[in-house]
Amino acid sequence: MSTIPNFIEIPVNPEIAQKEFEVYSKPSTLTDKPFHYCPGCGHSTVHKLLMEVVEEMGIQGDIVGVAPVGCSVFAYDYLDIDMQQAAHGRALAVATGIRRMLPDKLVFTYQGDGDLAAIGTAETLHAANRGENILTIFINNAVYGMTSGQMAPTTLEKMVTTTSPFGRDVSTQGYPLKISELLAMLPGVTYVTRQSVHTTANVRKTKKALRKAIELQQEGKGFCLVEVVSNCPSNWKMTPLQSQQFIQEKMIPFYPLGDIKTPEGK
Amino acid sequence: MAKSLGDVIIDIEKCKGCELCIDSCPQETLALAPRINQKGYHYAVKVQDNCTGCLNCALVCPEAIISVYRKIVK
Ligand SMILES: Cc1ncc(C[n+]2csc(CCOP(=O)(O)OP(=O)(O)O)c2C)c(N)n1
Ligand code: SF4
Ligand code: SF4
Ligand code: SF4
Repeated sequence: MSTIPNFIEIPVNPEIAQKEFEVYSKPSTLTDKPFHYCPGCGHSTVHKLLMEVVEEMGIQGDIVGVAPVGCSVFAYDYLDIDMQQAAHGRALAVATGIRRMLPDKLVFTYQGDGDLAAIGTAETLHAANRGENILTIFINNAVYGMTSGQMAPTTLEKMVTTTSPFGRDVSTQGYPLKISELLAMLPGVTYVTRQSVHTTANVRKTKKALRKAIELQQEGKGFCLVEVVSNCPSNWKMTPLQSQQFIQEKMIPFYPLGDIKTPEGK
Repeated sequence: MAKSLGDVIIDIEKCKGCELCIDSCPQETLALAPRINQKGYHYAVKVQDNCTGCLNCALVCPEAIISVYRKIVK
């Protein structure tokens, strides 16, 4: 821990810390409630980025979200927009209903890998295949976070989890699932990208990807998927900084970052 | 030459001591306090008066509790 021995706290400089010089503050589209997520969890960072985009685009009243089951089950407590919570894996089915009843609204789901790629695979695949005009934000932290770190479809080969204590053995437990690449093959799917939030540069790119996806939603271009390779420091049994390193060294080589499908034709 | 003077205000009661801001700061402006907040976390504070307002800490802070200020002086 980087506490320093000769600790001197520098007070705020009133000459600089004035509203006119402010270059960043928490988006007004987040509620005041502190996130319940563990220290350093990527869920918080993605909530923040999404709400920055919603604020900048001025769409707070036009966007409706669907929260999943998983650690982000209480997303509606933080995102100051209309939200609905769905049963485990069913976010895209609920979102489809919302989208069809309220065709003027922008609709997104926010889902973990267990929710989207295990129990909810059927809903995910068919909503994408129908080309529903919905944005799915997919947090891939390679485990079931909420239920204390069981193996997920996205768990890396040899990765130790509570249900793969000797490491994921692909001969009996299957291969880690690249669901974004799978979904990108479907004609109804417009934009698929994989990003991360483990460095400042990646945070900026994820925000851009979210903005692009919402703009495509405004244009009615069909299903969009923004995967974020994220962390679960608590269940990975790492400090937040170690988890960032694990993303860089282990997750990204298997889940490469960048656009997988774009409307411009990648 | 124009100089960028920065400052940060951290909502320490909402800080979880994750250290991501500290690691991201190119100026080593931030460190964890030896004290803890009401939630029991060591919180991030400014320990050097050399912030440039580069935004890095605010970008990576998961809790969105860092406000950044930047004043350009000629
Ligand atoms: C129908 C049903 N089955 C199982 C569960 C238990 N359960 C709650 S969260 C979860 C997994 C969540 O993992 P993930 O979607 O990866 O999200 P994370 O918590 O990692 O963000 C499971 C299996 C449940 N709530 N409902
Ligand atoms: S258990 Fe994992 S995914 Fe859930 S809040 Fe904690 S770190 Fe985040
Ligand atoms: S704005 Fe930049 S220089 Fe200032 S504390 Fe944050 S990371 Fe460091
Ligand atoms: S990144 Fe945010 S929550 Fe983490 S130590 Fe810094 S101020 Fe605290």
